[in-house]
This record gives sequence, C-alpha cells and structure tokens, in this order.
Amino acid sequence: MKLLIANGHLIDPTANENTGMNVLIEDGKVSAWLKAADGVPEGCEVFDASGLLVAPGFIDLHVHLREPGQEHKETIASGCAAAAAGGWTSVCPMPNTNPVNDNAAITRYMIEQAEHAGLANVFPIGAITKSSDGAELAEMGEMKAAGAVAVSDDGRPVPNAGIMRRAMQYAKDFDLPVIDHCEDKSLSAGGVMHEGKMSLLLGLKGMPALAEDIDAVRDIILAKETGAHIHIAHVSTKGAVEAVRRAKNEGINVTCEVTPHHFTLTDRSVEGYDTNYKMAPPLRSEEHLEAVIEGIKDGTIDAIATDHAPHHHDEKALEFDRAPMGITGLETGVGLAFNELVHKGIIGLERLVELCSTNPARIFKLAGRGTLAPGSVADITIIDPDHKWTYRNAESRSKSRNCPFDGWEFTGRAVATIVGGRIVFQM
Amino acid sequence: MEKPYRRRDLLGIRELTEADIRGILDTAENFREINTREIKKVPTLRGKTVINLFFENSTRTRTSFELAAKRLSADAVNISVSSSSVSKGETLVDTALNLDAMDPDCIVVRHGSAGVPHQLAKVSRAAVVNAGDGSNEHPTQALLDAMTIREHKKKIQGLEVAIVGDILHSRVARSNIHLLTKLGAKVRVAGPGTLVPRDFGYLIEEAGTSRGRESVSTASLTVCPHVEDAIRDADVVMILRIQRERQDSAYFPTLREYAVHYGLTNGRLDLAKKDAIVLHPGPMNRGIEIASEVADSSRSLILDQVKYGVAVRMAVLYLATGGSLGS
Repeated sequence: MKLLIANGHLIDPTANENTGMNVLIEDGKVSAWLKAADGVPEGCEVFDASGLLVAPGFIDLHVHLREPGQEHKETIASGCAAAAAGGWTSVCPMPNTNPVNDNAAITRYMIEQAEHAGLANVFPIGAITKSSDGAELAEMGEMKAAGAVAVSDDGRPVPNAGIMRRAMQYAKDFDLPVIDHCEDKSLSAGGVMHEGKMSLLLGLKGMPALAEDIDAVRDIILAKETGAHIHIAHVSTKGAVEAVRRAKNEGINVTCEVTPHHFTLTDRSVEGYDTNYKMAPPLRSEEHLEAVIEGIKDGTIDAIATDHAPHHHDEKALEFDRAPMGITGLETGVGLAFNELVHKGIIGLERLVELCSTNPARIFKLAGRGTLAPGSVADITIIDPDHKWTYRNAESRSKSRNCPFDGWEFTGRAVATIVGGRIVFQM
Repeated sequence: MEKPYRRRDLLGIRELTEADIRGILDTAENFREINTREIKKVPTLRGKTVINLFFENSTRTRTSFELAAKRLSADAVNISVSSSSVSKGETLVDTALNLDAMDPDCIVVRHGSAGVPHQLAKVSRAAVVNAGDGSNEHPTQALLDAMTIREHKKKIQGLEVAIVGDILHSRVARSNIHLLTKLGAKVRVAGPGTLVPRDFGYLIEEAGTSRGRESVSTASLTVCPHVEDAIRDADVVMILRIQRERQDSAYFPTLREYAVHYGLTNGRLDLAKKDAIVLHPGPMNRGIEIASEVADSSRSLILDQVKYGVAVRMAVLYLATGGSLGS
C-alpha cells in the first residue's frame, strides 16, 4: 500500500528540513520525499495536508497505561486511543502496573496488547528493582531483549544511593537509560502539594522543591561516576533544571523531560481543592515555572512528556490529601505546547518537533523514529497549528476523566496521526 | 452549585471582608442575650434543618453547634463518622450528595482534611459551614475569640496579639490571623522553628485584597524568633494546643522540653501588658503549653470563649440559612 502525504509543510529537524515537501509511504516506511512537481505516483492514495505541518511521529516518554492490573483506570487499548487522538504515535508506559513490569513476560504482554490494539507503538519501561521495592535489581537484560527501552521505578524512586549506583552500573551494560522520578521521600513524605506560600495558605502539607533538587543532584553525581545515562523525569523545580544545565555543561550523560502541566500551571490552581490539580511532582510556584520555561528555551530540557496518569473518578472524588496523585494528559499535551510555548513565542515549530519527537527518539534510542528520512518508520503526526478546539473530559478516549483542562480552549492540535503508515486518527 | 436564595457558605475567614466579620460579630451580640434567658429558645430557625457532620472527634464544637441550632428552633441532626469516607467505601462527594438529597438547609462539617468544606460546598445546595478542616481554618473559633477580645478590650484594631505554639498545623491560628489582621490588629506568632514557618508573614499579603482600608495602616503579622518577643507588651496572648503526635514526627524532642521553652508560665505572661488576657481554643494540656496557674487565673478567658461560642454559632447558622446581617 502506498500513501502520499501531499501539499503539507514538512518539519524534520534531523534533516534540517522545514519546507513544502510530499512524503511517500510504502509498506509502513517512508520511501521518498517528493516535490509537488513530481506528481502522485501510480496506485497511490493521497492525504491532502494543505496548510498542515507534517512532522515525525510524536513520542511520549512517560505515560501510565495501568494494564495489567488496573484496567478500570485505563487499558493499553484505551490509552493508545487517547495517544493517537492527541498526536502521539508512540508511548512509553511506566512499570507501576500490577504486577510491576519487572520481567520480560510483562514487557512482552504490554507490547502484544498494543499490537493488538494497533493504535500506537508501546515501548515499555522496565522496573529498576524487583517490584520497584528498591532492594534487588530487576532483570534488565531480559526486559530489554523483550522490548523495554529504559528502566525506572518512577513514583517509588530508589531511595538508597548504593542501590541506585549499582542500577546505573548495570543498566549501562545494556545501554539502557535509567529514568528517575526525583523525590527524596524523607523530605516530601505526607505532602500533597508544593511547599510554599500556597500550601501555608491552604493548610495542606507541602512537598518542598528541595526534595526534587537533592535527588536530581544525587543522580547526576552517580551518572558522572558510572557513566550511565540518567534521564530525569518531569523536572519541575528551578534547582533541578539548574542541576541538569550544569551537568550538561560538564558533559555528563543526562537528559530530562517536562510535563505540559508543569510549564502551564502553578500551585495557585490548588485553591479550591480540586483533586485534578494534585500530582507528583506537584504544581510549583511561579519562580519554578519560569525556570522550567527557561530550560525549555535554552535546550536544558530535552523532551515534553505527559505523565498521563489516569485515575478512576471514585478515586479522585476524595479529600484532597487522600486522593491519588496524577492527571491524564495525552489528549491535551500538544494543545498546551501550542498555547503556552509556540503561540507565546517561547519556541518555534522546529523546536516543538525536537521536544516531542526527535529528542525522545534519541533519548530512548528508538531507531528509525523521530525522523522522516527515507527508510525510517512511517510514524507521522500531522498538525494544524491554527485549529481552534475545546478539550472536554466527557469526550476523552481515556477511560479516566481526571484532567484539569476540561473546557480549555486550544489553538493547534494533531489533526491526523499515522502509525506504521496507517492512519490511526483523523479529525 | 447554585445555592437557593440567600443561603451562604462559611468556608473560612480568609474569604470574608472586614464588613462581613463585623456583621457576624454584631449579629452574635444580639443572640447572646437569648442564652441568658430562663427559656433559651426562639423560633428564628423553626422548620430549618441543620446537619452536624463530624468526621473528627469533637465534644465542645459539636455541642456548641447543636445547642446553637436548638436554641434557634432548628432541627439538628448529628452525624459522627469516626473515619474518613474511604473506609466506608463511599466517596466524599457521594456522602455530600446523599445528605444534600434530604434537603437540609445547612451542613456543618468538621474534617481532618483541609478543603473538605470547599469540596462539599461545590456539590451541595445546603449552606456549608466549616467547623474545622485539617490545618486550614476554623472560622467559628476565630469569631468567638474575636467576640471574647472585643468584650474585654472593647476593640480589636491596634491590639497586639501573640499567638504561640504549633502555628504550622493550626487551623485556629490561620483563622485568627486572617480575622485579627482584617480587623486591624498586630499579630505576632512564635513557637519552635519546626512548627512556625519563618515566612508565615505572607499569609496576610495574600489575603490583603479583602482587607478593609482603614485597617491596612495598622495590621501586621510578624514571626518572632522567641516566644518572649511575641508576648512582650501583648494585649492578648493566644496559646495553641500542642499535639503529642508532633513529638513522634521529630518536630520537638519532648513535651517536657516544650513546656520549659515554649509554655506559657506566669513568668512569661508577666512580659505582656498588665491587663493582658489569655485565650486557649481547648482542650488544654495543662502544664505543657499552658501552666495551670495561668489557666486558672483571672486573666484566662477560656470559659468565656466557650460561652460566646454558642452565640457566634447561632449567628453563623442564622446568616447561613438566609438571615440578614445585624437584624
């Protein structure tokens, strides 16, 4: 089957391409770039991308798909449907499933479920330690062979620096990035929002920024010593952004991601005690948001990842300090990037594609992705930067509704998503 | 949710204007007299239903609200839920919707989690009155404290008020700081460094917008490094209850040491003005945050606070269910 993405504006930072160019897809791969004058090859379907941007498929480095074990919140199929509708062609689910993805069988199961759904690629992240208990190392080599692309204990970060050091030394043997949700829980225990003016004002227990800073600094020092690749998940503090910036200048193998909510909202949103503003790391204060924006601007931050964390309505309809952490984000991430970054002039379109596709592919070493060069996989995100739309929780593809952006108006979104040459979503 | 005509929530002092506060206090003054009558009952709220929904143990506050409702002839129902909604398998929102479906006029709620009254108010048609939510606010306590201060000092504007103890976790402190500064007092807080955030001063910067114009010039909130600094020359000394469990979480070493270094003794109270009054929201830990000789002295107005609590809650229930200010 042949498909020609015609009349669009191609943006491919890997080829320094930012121009009008038609993309020819054959057998799930990009086979050639054609000029308009080349016409339509014989027997070829045409996708008219007039006025649209054509970018290598967006890759979300950080999601929670809840399967196996918590299928009432999300399944791999429903999560992938939300991903496709949000413009993400690939998602990387964290291992905090039940049971934990700490072995090759679960890794394989997740990939098979995704193939069955056929809506997005799923590249699982394996656990660092067995059951993410922070004690014994999980079988990283076996998980990598089964398709895992990185390791992390995400929300239960390895508290013991000695174990983390060995995890990095060992992961390096398999060329696996180690992802850390940086939070020293001895400093943040019991906290439900950012510690600062707002937590004092609302009488809620705070999670200090320094809980993230201290863990980020620890990880960077360990990465320097071990030579392993540390990827800092969802940076949210000034201190963590600065630590990554310094480490990069020193040549340490560190990368990091930011979530759309951390470059959009501050802890002021917690006023009113809506549990859809509760997540970890928490929404920070203005100065941290500014530091995050600066990190996006100057390249310290490598990727945008949603930390899509579905929770069932019953679980979120609780007291603020009892509700679980996390919000859904797959369908609003690109809209927020346009609203808060592109249209405000903080980044250009090429940088957006870098943050959402090129860099994520590089960080997790996803060969043939994050690019549309001939020969690469035909994962493509087609974007209308001027499309005005309103996000509604009621219309979400996710099984959960815990998104604070219900009713938000956006300008810009993915209007079609192509995975392996197949159109999996189209407006 | 849209409330029926003239129903008003009381979620915290922070949301109130100076005029609102004065209005509630003046209304409470009018109700005080009822509590001294032989027949302590008026028909003001006849036919209204008040649900006292208490998720935390409370003797004083619950009884006070119940008496307030009954003396105004409202039907009062007490619901004590020893644990959170989670253990019952019902969400907070469902609990609220179920109670609201029985058409109460007012739900008085106390809960160990901050923000629960705000969450209930969003989904219920009944007026929601906060009877204490976690570490956030306890508005009726602050109102009865203000009534006690007004009774004895004839004003609040310009007074020096010391609040001593676990400021960080205290809903009483938060509500009092908002109320007293809105009415133009100078508030000074002190206690162990672990329990008194050094940057607590911005609490009133945040709330500043709703403060009355004339009080801006005098009101202030200062964090004092030592208890003695806060008490020196104070008109009012407010002592907070210290929770034993804070010792287990390493906020201070022992209750004994707390009593020695932070407790209100006669010696410390001598630093205050000669006519200074002492308040405590109760229940007291005698010999820990307050020495017995202070608690039992004529300067201590702890029982006055409890007495005025009923009048304040009558005013609050009256206003929440549709009564108008000052009538």
